[in-house]
Amino acid sequence: MSKIDYSEKIPNNVNLAEDKTLQRALEHWQPNYLQWWQDMGPDGSTNFDVYLRTAISVTPDGWAHFGHVKMPDYRWGIFLAQQEEDRKVNFGENKGMAAWQDVPGEHRANLRRIIVTQGDTEPASVEQQRHLGLTAPSQYDMRNLFQINVEEGRHLWAMVYLLHKYFGRDGREEAEALLQRNSGNQDNPRILEAFNEETPDWLAFYMFTYFTDRDGKFQLNALAESGFDPLSRTCRFMLTEEAHHMFVGESGIARVIQRTVDIMKQHRIEDPNEVRKHGVIDLQTIQRYLNFHFSVTVDLFGADQSSNAATFYSAGLKGRYEETKRDDDHVLKSHQYKILEISNGSIVEKEVPMLNSLNEVLRDDYIRDSIAGVGRWNRIIEKAGLNFRLQTPHKAFNRHIGSFAGHRVSPDGRLVSEAEWASNVRDWLPTEEDRAYVASLMGRVIEPGKMANWIAPPPVGINRQPIDFEYVRFN
Amino acid sequence: MNAPEPIAFIRQHLIDPEVCIRCNTCEETCPVDAITHDSRNYVVKADVCNACGACISPCPTGSIDHWHIVPKASAYSIDEQLTWDELPPKQDVDASVLDQAASDNSADAEEEGIQLNAATSLTSAVPPWSAAHPYVNLYTLKAPITATIAGNYRLTDPNATSDIHHIVLDFGTQVFPILEGQSIGIIPPGADAGGKPHYMRMYSVASPRTGEREGYNNLSLTVKRVVEDHEGNSTLGVASNYLCDLAKGATVQVAGPFGTNYLMPNHAGSNILMICTGTGSAPMRAMTEQRRRLEAAGKKVDGKLMLFFGARNPEELPYFGPLLKLPAHFIDKHFAFSRLPGEPKTYVQDKLRQAGKEVAELLKGDTYLYICGLKGMETGVMDALREVCMADGLEWTALSARMVNEGRLHVETY
Repeated sequence: MSKIDYSEKIPNNVNLAEDKTLQRALEHWQPNYLQWWQDMGPDGSTNFDVYLRTAISVTPDGWAHFGHVKMPDYRWGIFLAQQEEDRKVNFGENKGMAAWQDVPGEHRANLRRIIVTQGDTEPASVEQQRHLGLTAPSQYDMRNLFQINVEEGRHLWAMVYLLHKYFGRDGREEAEALLQRNSGNQDNPRILEAFNEETPDWLAFYMFTYFTDRDGKFQLNALAESGFDPLSRTCRFMLTEEAHHMFVGESGIARVIQRTVDIMKQHRIEDPNEVRKHGVIDLQTIQRYLNFHFSVTVDLFGADQSSNAATFYSAGLKGRYEETKRDDDHVLKSHQYKILEISNGSIVEKEVPMLNSLNEVLRDDYIRDSIAGVGRWNRIIEKAGLNFRLQTPHKAFNRHIGSFAGHRVSPDGRLVSEAEWASNVRDWLPTEEDRAYVASLMGRVIEPGKMANWIAPPPVGINRQPIDFEYVRFN
Repeated sequence: MNAPEPIAFIRQHLIDPEVCIRCNTCEETCPVDAITHDSRNYVVKADVCNACGACISPCPTGSIDHWHIVPKASAYSIDEQLTWDELPPKQDVDASVLDQAASDNSADAEEEGIQLNAATSLTSAVPPWSAAHPYVNLYTLKAPITATIAGNYRLTDPNATSDIHHIVLDFGTQVFPILEGQSIGIIPPGADAGGKPHYMRMYSVASPRTGEREGYNNLSLTVKRVVEDHEGNSTLGVASNYLCDLAKGATVQVAGPFGTNYLMPNHAGSNILMICTGTGSAPMRAMTEQRRRLEAAGKKVDGKLMLFFGARNPEELPYFGPLLKLPAHFIDKHFAFSRLPGEPKTYVQDKLRQAGKEVAELLKGDTYLYICGLKGMETGVMDALREVCMADGLEWTALSARMVNEGRLHVETY
């Protein structure tokens, strides 16, 4: 099962050829997908040979195979992690039952909804990032962007396979719709708000891959715990690919910070206006971008209290992050959890049933993980001997979903008036001027080994190649 | 016993917390569950990691690929690693200390475990170019395969102090492809004093790819019963005693196969130079038997085989009898015995020096070098090879570096 069959039109390790009906259905979907890639995929890159990682099997020695490939020729396929023998449903009311190899009838609608929502985010990020190839700060970065794009495309395939194989006609219709919605489209937008935001520049891209792809890590991990085994195996393989996306974000921001602090030290300057005169991104602007992307991503986890989340958990469809490593009863009926709410004009903690707060549990796990990474960025600033520190804003800041939607909360967690918000928002969220300034720095650098002025080179190349390796060949 | 206690060094696998992005793929991938984390760091358990490398390619950052040589007794603990903001500087291990440790650990030292994570060696990270394609990680700690004991024989003389067993595992109709030089993991049942399940132990396979008995889906292991710990105190090795006591028909949980580099060349003209002690003979037996079967089947095999094999005395040398029966034209054998009454102690490095001319001649050709056995033999063997080469006008440092790059120098010591 681990070997991937590349002789097939749709590479797979799920014995697709044995199910002719499914194979035909997916082969029918494939031209529409390729057309979508043509229309909405990376701009102006059709003829490039890109040093891409392609899986040749799902075992550790085969999943990262490198070579120059033209993106339209990348073999988007269906790869499931190896099956775990005797796997059980590990949580909820069906705990202890054998994991489902088929969709349990009573959970069909909920599972479909989970898969469609996850699937919708994958092509959305490709659409959000489609113009970035034109302003890549180096060949190395351009290659990383394209790697992310093809893998997001493949993740769409992973979800479409599940829809086609397990959800009959409804599934096929949902799979079609995944290609019809488009990020930011007024009439037919993507399902989740963060995936309709623009990713106009590379600072936004790195923030997106740090914060939003990290959301992917938590969502995919929660789905990898699912009692529906095909979904679990699909997500487990997706997670190995997702890691690179998060790496691009974390190391990208680290390199931006490195370059900025190098310039600040070299010229002994701290004033952001002075810093900008040297063509690098001031730390204050980085903080505002961080505030924006953090808060938008925190919204992705959904409402603070959700009966859907409780249903998904109790049914065994979606677990918690690292479900099987936690020491509790994995049923959670008598467990409580503290969430935040607004009461008498201030933000207070309130204890509520944990089952209804599972979105908040996942959000809090995510926030802890995000904060740790910001600490790693701060060490770069600390090492440079500067006093500035980046911070994640309070989780109630700039929220549009859940109990804080419609309220104004400062980054340090104070409920503020509309007037205070309006007078400070320019310090808290990126302004048009910030975005225009960052946009003014964007320009394509394609000479091997060269970097744009606003970013430091990476410490190591991809697959241990040198930094001046020809990661992209422009034909 | 006034001799200083031997110092064992290990090559400890560490994750650089400054570069790691906490993506969790290493922990997810590790076939032996050696990686764990808290909200701060991802860390590697030194006593579980078998350096199989499965975690390396899924890591997007390269932070996973750090190896520090440290005294085994003071390997960085999990608790310590969890507090790190950055990797500690590499310890400057004084060469004389390493040499001292090596000689203390040589044939006199007791083998205290068969985990393969202790290699500090210069060794090829790639297999020979003509090696057959290995299968790895088909079975894991979480999803092992069940094998049946088809035979369990004591190899060493009843009067010998060391109790080495030849154990045959049968896989019936299940898939378990294995190549000479690969190893498998044995999962001892039960739990340790702290209630944790026992760690998996790694054993090199002693039979060739076609099975211990040709045409049967089985393989053999060479297992030494561990009865003393590193300090010479009486203790029973968990896995070795479990295995040595298993009766025919019993079942055992197995993970693997493991190992993608320590493989034999398949092209018939390649020479194989083998240097081993004790149970380090397992992969050598596998390779020799593979060549013997090819020859018996009438295949043209013109590569030379040369073996240096060390033990305390012939009674403690596994496979001594069958080895003696192999004709001189097929394999050039050199035995080194360190405890023969009335004889000076002889180690494999002494035998290498004695056969210096032939060894140097062999190294000039298309030769693949395999070393397996106690960690302590390594320095002495490398020194002897250097001398042998020098005497023949060969530059060992350059030659060994080239052999490492070309997948021709493989070291597995413990």
